[in-house]
Amino acid sequence: MAQQTLPQIPIKKGEPAYKLWIFEPGWKGELPLILNPRQLAEQKRAAILPGHRLCAGCAAPIIVKLASFAFRGPTIVVNATGCLEVATTIFPYTSWAVPWIHNAFENAAATASGVESAIKAFKKTERLPWDHVDVVVFGGDGGTFDIGLQSLSGAAERGHDFLYILYDNEAYMNTGIQRSGGTPKYAWTTTSPVGSVLPGKTQHKKPIADIMVAHRIPYVATATPAHWLDLMKKVRKGIEVNGPAFIHALSSCDRGWRHDTALAIEVSRRAVDTCYFPLWEWTPEKGYMLTDRSLSIARNPKLKQPIERFLEVQGRFKHLLRPENRHLLKDLQEWVDKVWEDLLNRAVNAPR
Amino acid sequence: MTELRGYKELPIGAVPFRLSTDYKTGDWRALRPVVDNNKCVKCMLCWIFCPDMAIIWDGEQIKVNYDYCKGCGICAHECPVKAIDMVPEPSE
Repeated sequence: MAQQTLPQIPIKKGEPAYKLWIFEPGWKGELPLILNPRQLAEQKRAAILPGHRLCAGCAAPIIVKLASFAFRGPTIVVNATGCLEVATTIFPYTSWAVPWIHNAFENAAATASGVESAIKAFKKTERLPWDHVDVVVFGGDGGTFDIGLQSLSGAAERGHDFLYILYDNEAYMNTGIQRSGGTPKYAWTTTSPVGSVLPGKTQHKKPIADIMVAHRIPYVATATPAHWLDLMKKVRKGIEVNGPAFIHALSSCDRGWRHDTALAIEVSRRAVDTCYFPLWEWTPEKGYMLTDRSLSIARNPKLKQPIERFLEVQGRFKHLLRPENRHLLKDLQEWVDKVWEDLLNRAVNAPR
Repeated sequence: MTELRGYKELPIGAVPFRLSTDYKTGDWRALRPVVDNNKCVKCMLCWIFCPDMAIIWDGEQIKVNYDYCKGCGICAHECPVKAIDMVPEPSE
């Protein structure tokens, strides 16, 4: 199939840099997946426009931006309620350069199923002027771990062809940092406060990506914006597979995680370096495959850093670094090591 | 409250219809990124990681669109050659 670039003019001097994604009816082909940053900057435009009102230093628009570089053509974005939805579409403004639909917390995947079925019906009756229209869902951790899990599970079971990208900022950041199923153990949130009685949240994070693996859908992966090449490749794979795909992307939140705005990428990098958030992908044929930095750590265990490296930059874990809380830190380190060992045993490309 | 408005006079609801590029977020900024293009090696990492799409590559130089930059400092932190400085906004 002939490869084409976006049907937009590349930036020339004096031309505005922000444009909508418009695909003329009859547009054929696939947008190439460009991995050279210079070419990327010259040929690609993000699906999210500036002027959105997400906090300074939020990682969610970086995930959306990187994902949109990997879109292969006409794409419809379905957005669950959450920071991303609230801050990008404050009436009457919209930050989306692609068709976009909002829905409630609990039915993001159900809406995507409907959109995908409509596309299928249009295709069958030859009313769809394009070869393929992809459906991409962006959901936060509240809309995926807790409230939207039933619709996601149902859509995965019915086998609709869509890509679900979970940007996981590990609490309900939009409403004021309440704990969610995605909040890690011992993290401070406003509903799991740190004090003389409680050391923060007392339960572990839900293994959402492993839950999606258990559905045996065609593609499941984890990603972070810091490993941007890895994220783009995974998004493209997720779009290309025929059937539901799920990507769990860690998205740091400087307000909720209590770190400096400039450290948004650094924190995600440290999450992978400490094996708190390993990068892997899963397909039914191959099983678990470690990717990018996590593969390097599996091959050379000396690169694995202690969990303190991840915790020390975040205010929500400040209490864990106090001398009287050493046992909590040890507990967290043991849990991270156990999960990592478990993953190493399952991964097919990890050295034995 | 003088007169009730009918549905025809109300603005369009449920469909956000204006581009957010009309909404300048540049005034949120406390620190301003300044690019030293002599030091810059054009690796594009700032362009890739900018959450506000405020870094512009015009084919020769990295420029910052101060209309939208919120001054988070990710570009300065991620720059491998430290070509971006965060300087305080001039007070007016």
